[in-house]
Amino acid sequence: MGALLNSTVFAPWDDPQAKPLIQFQNVTKRFGGFTAIDNLSIDIFEREFFALLGPSGCGKTTMMRMLAGFEKPTEGHILLAGQDIDPIPPNKRAVNMMFQSYALFPHLSVWDNIAFGLKRDKMPKRDIEERVDEMLRLTRLEKFASRKPHQISGGQRQRVALARSLAKAPKLLLLDEPLGALDKKLRQDTQFELMDIQEKTGTTFVIVTHDQEEAMTVASRVAVMDHGRIIQADTPARIYETPNSVYVADFIGDVNIIEGRATPKGDDSYSIDWAEGQTPLQATSSAAIEKGQKCHLAIRPEKVTITAERPADAANAVQGKVHDIAYLGNLSTYHVELPNGTIIKAQTANTRRISRRSFSWEDPVWLSWTATAGVLLAN
Amino acid sequence: MRRFVLIAIPYLWLLALFLVPFAIVLKISLSDAAIARPPYFPQFDWAAGIRAFISELDFENYIFLTQDDLYWKAYLSSVKIALISTALTLLVGYPIAYGMARAPQEWRATLMMLVILPFWTSFLIRVYAWMGILSNEGYLNQFLMWTGLISEPLTILNTQTAVYIGIVYTYLPFMILPIYSALDRLDGSLIEAAEDLGCSRAQAFWLVTIPLSRPGIIAGCFLVMIPVIGEFVIPSLLGGSGTLMIGKVLWEEFFSNRDWPVASAVAIVLLLILVIPIVLFQRNQQKQAEAEQ
Amino acid sequence: MNRLSWFNAVSLTLGFAFLYIPMIILIIFSFNESKLVTVWAGFSTKWYGELIHNEAFLDAAWVTVRVAVFSSTLATILGTMAAYVLVRGGRFFGRTLFSGMIYAPLVMPEVITGLSLLLLFIGIGLDRGIFTIVLAHTTFSMCYVSVVVSSRLITFDRSLEEAALDLGCSPAQAFRLVTLPIIAPAVISGWLLAFTLSLDDLVIASFTSGPSATTLPIKIFSAVRLGVSPEINALSTLMIAVVTIGVITASLVTKRAAVRQKQEEQAAARAT
Repeated sequence: MGALLNSTVFAPWDDPQAKPLIQFQNVTKRFGGFTAIDNLSIDIFEREFFALLGPSGCGKTTMMRMLAGFEKPTEGHILLAGQDIDPIPPNKRAVNMMFQSYALFPHLSVWDNIAFGLKRDKMPKRDIEERVDEMLRLTRLEKFASRKPHQISGGQRQRVALARSLAKAPKLLLLDEPLGALDKKLRQDTQFELMDIQEKTGTTFVIVTHDQEEAMTVASRVAVMDHGRIIQADTPARIYETPNSVYVADFIGDVNIIEGRATPKGDDSYSIDWAEGQTPLQATSSAAIEKGQKCHLAIRPEKVTITAERPADAANAVQGKVHDIAYLGNLSTYHVELPNGTIIKAQTANTRRISRRSFSWEDPVWLSWTATAGVLLAN
Repeated sequence: MRRFVLIAIPYLWLLALFLVPFAIVLKISLSDAAIARPPYFPQFDWAAGIRAFISELDFENYIFLTQDDLYWKAYLSSVKIALISTALTLLVGYPIAYGMARAPQEWRATLMMLVILPFWTSFLIRVYAWMGILSNEGYLNQFLMWTGLISEPLTILNTQTAVYIGIVYTYLPFMILPIYSALDRLDGSLIEAAEDLGCSRAQAFWLVTIPLSRPGIIAGCFLVMIPVIGEFVIPSLLGGSGTLMIGKVLWEEFFSNRDWPVASAVAIVLLLILVIPIVLFQRNQQKQAEAEQ
Repeated sequence: MNRLSWFNAVSLTLGFAFLYIPMIILIIFSFNESKLVTVWAGFSTKWYGELIHNEAFLDAAWVTVRVAVFSSTLATILGTMAAYVLVRGGRFFGRTLFSGMIYAPLVMPEVITGLSLLLLFIGIGLDRGIFTIVLAHTTFSMCYVSVVVSSRLITFDRSLEEAALDLGCSPAQAFRLVTLPIIAPAVISGWLLAFTLSLDDLVIASFTSGPSATTLPIKIFSAVRLGVSPEINALSTLMIAVVTIGVITASLVTKRAAVRQKQEEQAAARAT
């Protein structure tokens, strides 16, 4: 059985038998006239690393604060391991939170900060010491145990905050923009550290972030939010490859959106009329789209090939001229203007030296992609 | 429940020891005149009800205030002294605050402490210190006669001049601190920008520094003026019998004449006079707080 | 801007001379041999000796200190509660009245506060003495305390309290273990302010004290009305000395703590 589990991908959300750890059941939260969370239902499973992603004001922080107990739903219920937690105050919940500002107690040492929650549980002194030392080891803070928060660096403070919220071994750990205060280099290292710790402790993590790269890196599932609703909740790969809406496609990564009208051709294939005098584009979609219905074709720039001659076997090929080139070191993005004024981005890896780059400004080029490269989204 | 107790304790304390006493003053000011002999009539009687109680109140003490010119002269003179001494304190305080804000960074904390130190020192002692200086045989007269500027001692103590000196001296920190904090926040490059755009030093001061320190000036002026109107210690120690100020009149009405209803009426009128500057001050503070957000 | 212009140098010199010369003269003449305070007749500490044997002054000083300790402690407790209610209490019935009652005593002339409290104490038949002075001083100084503490509470990071709740504290524990230790400097300066206000107060104490309790300012005031006396000079010098030592110590301690904190923060930032 163990071997079988190991070989299976961790995906309890696809298993109808799996019992969720957290259930949002038609939760609505209003602040006065403002609806922060709008009739939201979602299940989060044990051992998941669940990311709430969205622009500021989308309701992700409110969801987290409701889980911690600082806010109560206006309507609906939140269940933790099958139990309705609405009436339970924050100090009685088996849920801990890592704050965006870290909220380390400035008057207590690193050791006392980590021991703070354990002491409230009236744990025997020996056990507290053991547990704090274990947490210090886990977060590599042994040397700093007796320091005060202002005597350590930002990255160390972040780890203290993590150790403190993990010390009580909560069923659920909430992380509010946990890496937001760190600089980019440190943030990337810390992301892997965070995943590592999550795996080691087996705790369920719910993370709030506005950084899509961070969400994609750490999470087992990402929920993209907007205006108090979850637009799509899925694995990072599926969010990226098969977004369910223009909003999600546009929010995660870079994307070209081409608007047009679809004509079904059978077998999930469609042809799309997108501009007068241009050959219709070929695309596939599992969702049924009626003839003449307005739709959007979303194609990632790295799936668009740029060539000087028209490729012979491409399902889709359009001609244009190079409008702009963004050189990013490892990659280059070409902004190509089509005859009707549309700008399409195509990305290529810079495997050759820049002096041998093949295209320059105003060069006529061909863009091509396969029928399955893009995602066809009905309106 | 816990929240209720937390609110109730300070609330009830202030109700009992601030609002109720104030209501008593109001009630006694409307009672019949009687000298130091409570109870004052009318007394509140549950059987007769509130209407009967209110109908017996009257304004005779207030009418008395208008008839005796001592009172309105005292009010007028208090306001006059407050306005003049506020202006004087501003004149003395602004250059000090300006000098502090322009002083090298490492001096500022010390200068600040030197301004605050007198504030923690007993008010009474600071007023008392001037008695020895300003009296006829005082140090000032001794000094001036020694320099040969005067041959006869000047009479300063027990005149309004002494009151002005005392007020400026004791209230100076209240003027300096808000102006200093406004000037301290002022970005030095603004003045350089003004000079760059063709202002002379004096023009830059007048067109940039003064307008930007205005909230501090206004706050400082109110912080001096409001307490000075009701001041008692300074006029009674430095002002002599010639200085008429309402705080002193109230004190004497109460302790010497023992006419409590009139003293209460004097207090109520004093408060009515203070309402205007207090409301203006509150507005200024609010505007400043909003501007900072 | 490293050097002062002559104008600023002159205004600072004159300004601080104006602030300090009266007190310096007072201190010098407290060591005067002569009874005539305005004529210097040689150095002597005899007025300090007389002060120590002046029972009336010592009694008054003892009353003043007791009143100040009781009233400032009570005012600190009540003022901190009031500040917490104002900043964190949310909405409740009569909130406007409450905040009005906190701010009004700050601008109320002392003569009116004194008069109204006296009329209350007479009205309810309370004998005037130390107890009534404590009540009076507590009432006006709690407002100062609450202003000091609430300005600290406004800048307090609320997520610290939420973190305490999140880690299992009851609201009362969160206040005791997290909020109070962090706002302690503001609470202490509130206490010091209340203590000083109580020590200095003449007007309100005059109204609310009875024949059984005379405070030092009342005593000094009645002595001073008769003119300048070397004994009062000596007493004033002692009071100035206490305040000066206190203020300088406090500012050195806070300055040193701030410098150290800054150094440690810089060291921590460099370490990464």
